[in-house]
Amino acid sequence: MGVALAIVIIVIGSVVFHLLSPWWWTPIATNWGFMDDMISFTFWITGIVYVVILLFVAYCVYKFQYREGRVAAYEPENTKLEIWLTILTSLGVVALLAPGLFVWFQFVNVPEEATEVEVVGQQWSWSFRLPGADGKLGTADNRLISEDNILGINPKDPYGQDDIIIDGYDLHLAVGRPVKMLLRSVDVLHNFYVPEFRAKMDMVPGMITYFWMEPTRIGTYDVLCAELCGVGHGYMGGTVLIDTDDDYDLWISEQTTFAEMTTNTGIEFTKLVEDP
Amino acid sequence: MVETKNTSPPSVPPAEVDEVELYHAKSFWTKYVFSQDAKVIAIQYSGVAIAIGLVALVLSSLIRLQLGFPEMFDFITPETYYQFVTMHGMIMVVYLLTALFLGGFGNYLIPLMIGARDMSFPYVNMLSFWIYFLAVLVLVGSFFVPGGPTGAGWTLYPPQAILSGTPGGKGLGIILMLVSLALFIVGFTMGGLNYVVTVLQGRTRGMTMMRLPLTVWGIFTATVLALLAFPALLVATVMMLFDRLLETSFFMPSLVEFGDQLSYGGGSPILFQHLFWFFGHPEVYIVALPAFGIVSDLISTHARKNIFGYRMMVWAIVGIGALSFIVWAHHMYVSGMHPYFGFFFATTTLIIAVPTALKVYNWILTLWNGNIHLNTPMLFSLGFIVTFLNGGLTGLFLGNVIVDIPLSDTMFVVAHFHMVMGVAPILVVFGAIYHWYPKISGRMLDERLGKIHFWVTFVGSYLIFFPMHYIGLVGVPRRYPELGDAAFIPDSVATLNSFISLAAFIVGIAQILFLYNLFWSLRKGRPSGPNPWRATTLEWQTPHTPPAHGNFGPELPLVYRWPYDYSVPGASEDFLAQNDPGPLDSESST
Ligand code: HEM
Ligand SMILES: [Cu+2]
Ligand SMILES: [Cu+2]
Repeated sequence: MGVALAIVIIVIGSVVFHLLSPWWWTPIATNWGFMDDMISFTFWITGIVYVVILLFVAYCVYKFQYREGRVAAYEPENTKLEIWLTILTSLGVVALLAPGLFVWFQFVNVPEEATEVEVVGQQWSWSFRLPGADGKLGTADNRLISEDNILGINPKDPYGQDDIIIDGYDLHLAVGRPVKMLLRSVDVLHNFYVPEFRAKMDMVPGMITYFWMEPTRIGTYDVLCAELCGVGHGYMGGTVLIDTDDDYDLWISEQTTFAEMTTNTGIEFTKLVEDP
Repeated sequence: MVETKNTSPPSVPPAEVDEVELYHAKSFWTKYVFSQDAKVIAIQYSGVAIAIGLVALVLSSLIRLQLGFPEMFDFITPETYYQFVTMHGMIMVVYLLTALFLGGFGNYLIPLMIGARDMSFPYVNMLSFWIYFLAVLVLVGSFFVPGGPTGAGWTLYPPQAILSGTPGGKGLGIILMLVSLALFIVGFTMGGLNYVVTVLQGRTRGMTMMRLPLTVWGIFTATVLALLAFPALLVATVMMLFDRLLETSFFMPSLVEFGDQLSYGGGSPILFQHLFWFFGHPEVYIVALPAFGIVSDLISTHARKNIFGYRMMVWAIVGIGALSFIVWAHHMYVSGMHPYFGFFFATTTLIIAVPTALKVYNWILTLWNGNIHLNTPMLFSLGFIVTFLNGGLTGLFLGNVIVDIPLSDTMFVVAHFHMVMGVAPILVVFGAIYHWYPKISGRMLDERLGKIHFWVTFVGSYLIFFPMHYIGLVGVPRRYPELGDAAFIPDSVATLNSFISLAAFIVGIAQILFLYNLFWSLRKGRPSGPNPWRATTLEWQTPHTPPAHGNFGPELPLVYRWPYDYSVPGASEDFLAQNDPGPLDSESST
């Protein structure tokens, strides 16, 4: 009795906790609402399975608890039941997997109109790079990194000259304009993580990773690092703002390009070396 | 519906292998220290594993001190925090659970359950333990070197693992970690080959593969997995050692560390992740499959009912084992590998859920119409079902690639894997110790203490890890020593963290009850007799308890039936031991 009751209490307690929990995901700020829907859907399916199975366990424990003289049944197999359980479980799994893979397809296929935004991680700060008027990012390589080329941009690549470099300041994005976030690392693994975006991806030195999204909600969001990158991992903060179109255009007109940075070293340069 | 397929064949086949001459120890040293008796080696393995496991438990309390009460303890800096987390994780997974299930339970139970006198290669078996012991010493040693142990996370991802931004990265910490792992693998391979050969070659007459207790099936399959998976880790450790010591670049692309161009170039950090998880995912099942097997036997014995769907259970173990080699990259959905891998690995991962679910159903259907003794081993088994089910279901979140994207690297993952491969297998370990202690010592563990131990551990662990999922849902990343001041984290998360930490301390302290029980019962426990649970498997039928050297006296047992003949209709007792010719014999040989 006691044990069965304890299991029932665990089931009820878990469900109540789930329903009353003030701990829930932050309001979303991109087009990936489907991820939230999938989590909710998975909660429903798994939650029902959890409750049904545990209540059944509780019932068994209650009903078939040891009693002097009770004789247990002898039933080694029941093929029909086992086949049914296999079919039902497989159906549940397909129900979860199919919509998941469908959206994964959208996640990995970047729409044509997405503009590129580069995020560069290093121990333990973020820098960003936006394409200039030509709409293209120049190539870059960690081997080119030096004090006055902190992102290792290829100086011979004409596309790179007008690239906008944001170092030590916040990144801005325009609401409603899809972006392809290109992720790069100078040193170790990092992970560009903004909980409100839902999407995230590791940044790996030696390669460029990516994800895409469409910002949908104006606001200021914290950037965190989600891949262990040394002792500063927990303190690798940053900020992203999602602006209205006008604010964004104003902001971007005030930024410095790579060409400007390398020619007039004076002020910009001191700013750079002071960065953490 | 009742089928009785698994009863005895008309005749018992003759011995295929002659009795081997056993090595007989002559001195105290060869009997208890450099012993070649699998039972002694089992105790040695278990003792060392539990001792180092206690270190990992203390480390978890230190982690929880920091998370529950940040900035209160000066000795916990980010450096030490990462060292605690790394060592805690690595010890728990490899040095405690793997060693305890395979080296401990495997050594004790395989020969006894299959009716063998010992392992096939007793000398190699002894070496296996001593190399494991050496691996543990090296691991412990890393706590005392300048710079301390590595803080790279138990996944040891390069490049950070061997760079100066990570504790122990430029010191001895990471080197000792890698050396210790390599030693562990060498030691394990010796033991593992032994377990496999013994199961295949050493079974007594009549003990067909389909009459093996599920415990043996679980340990056997886990060992095969380990023999195939550990080499991937071994090459990864060796390659990383080369990268660290010889400046090769297997895993190291060109990179700039704090403004300095390093001489590395051309290597692939993701290659390491593939090698690591090619080991790491099967590792989850190396820990889980023995637990699956053991819990099947505990449930069947204490519910006085045959395990439901034995053949399905065996094929599920084998199937899960095989599938576990093609799901590894579900740990790498956000690693930057080619995104189309996501389709493949999400599909294989969710497929593995099917045999796993069937096992859960079968445990529960074994309870159905049983006669359930709610003693300590059964309680721990029920606790296993609850926590394993919980962790298995959250696995459906993380395996489904699109759902994993927002959740990966958050506390949701930490909660998930603790439920499924931390708490669940540990509960089985406890259940198994309560179950087999009488055979090992000849005395029962105290039931009352055992029950208190169970309730505190089970309920406490649930209170630790169930709410933790929700901290992850909020978006709190794992491996953060503090919550920081990110706006999306409400203050209530800190309160919840303090609560979780309190629960963790209580669970930690409750383990003293268990240790006390172990030592107290050794001398004061109620004598158990040879077969206190009235169980069917061979280890309970030995002429001596604890079993003597050679296990079975002059004559090895003959096996007539499968291990689950509980409550057989028409039998005079509610169990028929595997070596009992029994009443069904004449009926079924028609
Ligand atoms: C009372 C018992 C335990 C408590 C309170 C506990 C607590 C924790 C905590 C707080 C973390 C750090 C989470 C983070 O911020 O990243 C952690 C990490 C971990 N734990 Fe446990 N744990 C316990 C038992 C176990 C067991 C039995 C296992 C065996 C599988 C285990 C395996 C791990 C692993 C693999 C990690 C990850 C380490 C890393 O991130 O590198 N833990 N544990
Ligand atoms: Cu990081
Ligand atoms: Cu896995």
